[in-house]
Amino acid sequence: MKFTLSWLKDHLETDEPLEKLADKLTMIGLEVEHIENRAEQLKPIRIARVISAVQHPNADRLRVCMVDIGDGGAPVQVVCGAPNARDGLVTIFGPPGTFIPGKNITLSVGSIRGVESRGMLISGAEIEISDDHSGIVELPADAPIGASYVEWAKLIDPVIEINLTPNRQDATGVHGIARDLAAADMGKLKDPGIKPIKGEFPCPVQVTVEDATLCPGFALRLVRGVKNGPSPEWLQQRLTAIGLRPINALVDITNFMTYDRARPLHVFDAKKVKGNLTVRHARDGEELLALDGKTYKLDPSICVIADDHGVESLAGIMGGEASGCDETTTDVLIESALWNEINIAQTGRKLGINSDARYRFERGVDPAFMVPGLELATKMVMELCGGTPSDNVVVGKAFPDDRVIDYPLSELKRLAGIEVPLPEARGILQRLGFMVAGNGPVVKIAVPSWRTDVHGKADIVEEIVRIVGVDKVPMTPFPRGDNPRKPVLTTLQSRTRRAKRALAARGMVEAVTWSFIAKPHAELFGGGQPELALANPIAADLSDMRPSLLPGLIAAAQANHDRGSDDVALFEVGQIFKGDRPQDQFTAASGVRRGFASSQGLGRSWTGAAPASAFDTKADAFAVLAAAGASVQALQIAPGGGNNFPAWLHPGRSAAIQMGPQNVLGYFGELHPRALEALGADGPVMAFEVIVDRIPEGKAKTTRAKPQLDLPAFHPVERDFAFIVARDVKAADIVRAAQAGDKKLVTNVTVFDVYEGKGIDPDKKSVAIAVTIQPREKTLTDQEIDAIAAKIVAEVTKKTGGTLRG
Amino acid sequence: MSDLETLQSQILTDIAAASDEAALEAVRVSALGKKGSISALLATLGKMSPDERKSEGARINLAKDAVTQALTARRDVLKNAALDARLASETIDVTLPLRDTPADAGRIHPLSQTWDELTTIFADMGFAVAEGPDIETDDYNFTKLNFPEGHPAREMHDTFFFNPKEDGSRLLLRTHTSPVQVRTMLSQKPPIRVICPGRTYRIDSDATHTPQFHQVEGLVIDKGSHLGHLKWILHEFCKAFFEVDHINMRFRPSFFPFTEPSLEVDIQCRRDKGEIRFGEGEDWLEILGCGMVHPNVLRACDIDPDVYQGFAWGMGIDRIAMLKYGIADLRQLFEGDARWLNHYGFRPLDIPTLAGGLSS
Repeated sequence: MKFTLSWLKDHLETDEPLEKLADKLTMIGLEVEHIENRAEQLKPIRIARVISAVQHPNADRLRVCMVDIGDGGAPVQVVCGAPNARDGLVTIFGPPGTFIPGKNITLSVGSIRGVESRGMLISGAEIEISDDHSGIVELPADAPIGASYVEWAKLIDPVIEINLTPNRQDATGVHGIARDLAAADMGKLKDPGIKPIKGEFPCPVQVTVEDATLCPGFALRLVRGVKNGPSPEWLQQRLTAIGLRPINALVDITNFMTYDRARPLHVFDAKKVKGNLTVRHARDGEELLALDGKTYKLDPSICVIADDHGVESLAGIMGGEASGCDETTTDVLIESALWNEINIAQTGRKLGINSDARYRFERGVDPAFMVPGLELATKMVMELCGGTPSDNVVVGKAFPDDRVIDYPLSELKRLAGIEVPLPEARGILQRLGFMVAGNGPVVKIAVPSWRTDVHGKADIVEEIVRIVGVDKVPMTPFPRGDNPRKPVLTTLQSRTRRAKRALAARGMVEAVTWSFIAKPHAELFGGGQPELALANPIAADLSDMRPSLLPGLIAAAQANHDRGSDDVALFEVGQIFKGDRPQDQFTAASGVRRGFASSQGLGRSWTGAAPASAFDTKADAFAVLAAAGASVQALQIAPGGGNNFPAWLHPGRSAAIQMGPQNVLGYFGELHPRALEALGADGPVMAFEVIVDRIPEGKAKTTRAKPQLDLPAFHPVERDFAFIVARDVKAADIVRAAQAGDKKLVTNVTVFDVYEGKGIDPDKKSVAIAVTIQPREKTLTDQEIDAIAAKIVAEVTKKTGGTLRG
Repeated sequence: MSDLETLQSQILTDIAAASDEAALEAVRVSALGKKGSISALLATLGKMSPDERKSEGARINLAKDAVTQALTARRDVLKNAALDARLASETIDVTLPLRDTPADAGRIHPLSQTWDELTTIFADMGFAVAEGPDIETDDYNFTKLNFPEGHPAREMHDTFFFNPKEDGSRLLLRTHTSPVQVRTMLSQKPPIRVICPGRTYRIDSDATHTPQFHQVEGLVIDKGSHLGHLKWILHEFCKAFFEVDHINMRFRPSFFPFTEPSLEVDIQCRRDKGEIRFGEGEDWLEILGCGMVHPNVLRACDIDPDVYQGFAWGMGIDRIAMLKYGIADLRQLFEGDARWLNHYGFRPLDIPTLAGGLSS
């Protein structure tokens, strides 16, 4: 919403400076977004007289002017290219330092073709006060030389633009803004009242409203014998200042009323209207060439005003070209109507029209002002164009229902924490147009018709608070009380937090990727279900809710690769979607490693660096599980491949991490080359995924004390064994068999070497383990240790078919 | 010089001449070994008379002690020399570069860090953390929050929708975390004090908007909380979050369907070469919206607005993170560019605490 300062002053008697008015507007909820104060900008420009203008010695089209700038000093030399620069001309002059908006330059002392020029003689177009760029401004001979031009000409008015919240339709007109300012003690509202203009003949055009839900009210009147033409200077300046193009007086009046009174109107050239007017739904196939020069295809959801020709106007949005007013118009039909807000908004969106009328009607205009608005418009038409008015035709309801709110005076203290004495509150409300009856503790408040946004007690509190000033509400400490200082995070929240730190501590970098991915990528990871596809995605590759974080992470890793960073370890902990119900949303912790981004560090190193491997991501997954408090010993690793295993993993270099046969907590391993190809990524890429929600919740601790420390009294014994086993024997089976050698005394088994190659059968491998035997009750004799060792060998042989390496 | 003296002198000369421990050992064996020269002299004692044995024995043992001492001394010298020689050959290139430890290389995303920071601050003020699903119903995202039918936010051009179900209803991606407030009010009895951080979605994509972003909302419902408390909480939060001693805030009346009265909040700042300094300057920067919970919202959540009251606020986590840490381009947040993450990310052990400082 834009208006000028002088326009505001038509409605507000005030001496407050612009800055104060602007600050107040912001503080009462009409946020000033921008003030264009060209008067300030153009202040240096002064009225000057050309003493002499002689031909420039080096340029045919330039003149060298000696200019009296009225400062009592010597004439100033200015080079000027305007054809009308001549001896004795009174014009305007910008000294060095003046900003010239039309050219977007700041003047300085310069030399033009070898002649010094100390400023500029200026055309109307150059300072954007007119379109005239044929020559410099010509002023009357008696204009005061040396005076500020903008002040003398009173041409330029500061333009104020406010960012209007959608509830305040009343402030889409300057009058409503002035009312708010008056309520906030910034002056006095000028409200002289509107006198009805008596019609001199019956209106010959009748109106039928077919659907009153779309058009609650419709007022119409004919003015005969008007003379349409350019509107007067003041009106053109008003409209130009706020960015509207003056068209002709009749059209300009409707635009003026829209901004002045928040009352959009429409004018039909009565001679172009055939028969009576009908407000109805458009019919399929109907079209309208609208005033913006575009043809719109209509459908029955759209409300139109039609005559015997067909559709003449898009109700409440834009008129039609065929019945529009131009210089030949002699009889004008003025329409002032009420429209259904939702229908206007939907039609506007559907047709893509953002008109000033739509802007107001979709917020809901003041129903009580439908007829007064028509009267005011009639008055203006008669003043500017002459003519004889008909009677009004009014269809539907011109008055809204009364709204009266029972308002307890204590409500302000209750919700806003301040007290405002009733007389002051009453004054504020009355200046805003409310009526207050009673003296409390509960008063009755009648809401003015233009405040379509006010319905209840809280709204009244807001009205008082915003006018008194929110800054008057004292900050009040809000103690946490004696609530216990317990952790506030849920298990999932703290697991999420720990998982992130654990992964970052493993050298991975946290990324945050999009929740939506391309459908084929979603399908690759088990997603792509119809219920997870967006109906209106922002782009084709952001179409489906992600079933996994990995497609996004792999794409990000690839983008880094494409930028020349090959060694990347990225992770993300975030939401994934297996269905559209709340319980189908999970929190995953996932990561990818490529190039030399191993657990040891990033990039190659003289210490000997290996490329990232599946084991790095196994360790990542376990780090997440450990950080989340899972009991890592209880986890099983189920090797990849097979029908139910994710197809995006390399079947031989991947596994599921399970807790029992049913609960799959996640996966790790190398990405399947086919999956990488489908994702458009170069391999190899290592990845893991852990579903944090699936980690069983630990038992609630009854004590914070750790269990008693058990320190054995006897020295542990370590024995190494190397077994030759078939290549497909799992190390975990060897370890488990070794542990079974003596469940009580074997406390640790580690694999310290795996060897395949020379000296070993090609289908065999050597696995070396170190077994820790922890004596409990006494030191073990060599024979006892040998006996345990023999049982270990026997168990491993029995479970894996391996033999002790000689 | 007696024979013994000659022998002793010879042995001591040999000891001094021994150039390494092996040569010294040979000297020892030749003198003190089983068949050594001094051992041979000692063996002769048995055949001597007691008097002779006494005097000769003392002399021989003196010679033996001298030799033994000389051997020990020489052994120490040779051992040290050998160690020095070995160490002299054992050098490493101490200028070889270190590898970054994983904990140095890893990074926490600025959004996660900010999330932890604000959770820490609000937890201290007694707020719990509530979360809810990203995929929401129209009822929780709009209707219960007092959005009228036909509100532009309910249209396809503002909000991401899923395809309609058989019954005509359609799910959507939440446009704010307010549905979590609704879920909280429907599932808990007042008093309520929660923050609701989460990911939110709107159809918007330009330099200052991304189709997904993050919000933290706050909700207080009880029998006494009012605008003054709201102002205080937000003021305390902003000071703590931006880590400044004072901050000027401006509360402006505004409009949201779900609050009444509604306010927007600006903070005073100065922009200086891309850096924003708070608590000074001429600019007002909008950072959040807030207000008293609208009676219609309370009613929709089965809370009597004449008994209970409360306030709510919402702000962009992405936005406050960008403001605090001088991040210029919003879109970079979701690009996964390792260079950017290394620069703007945080080390894994930089865990925000109130005791140790949020970001120091």
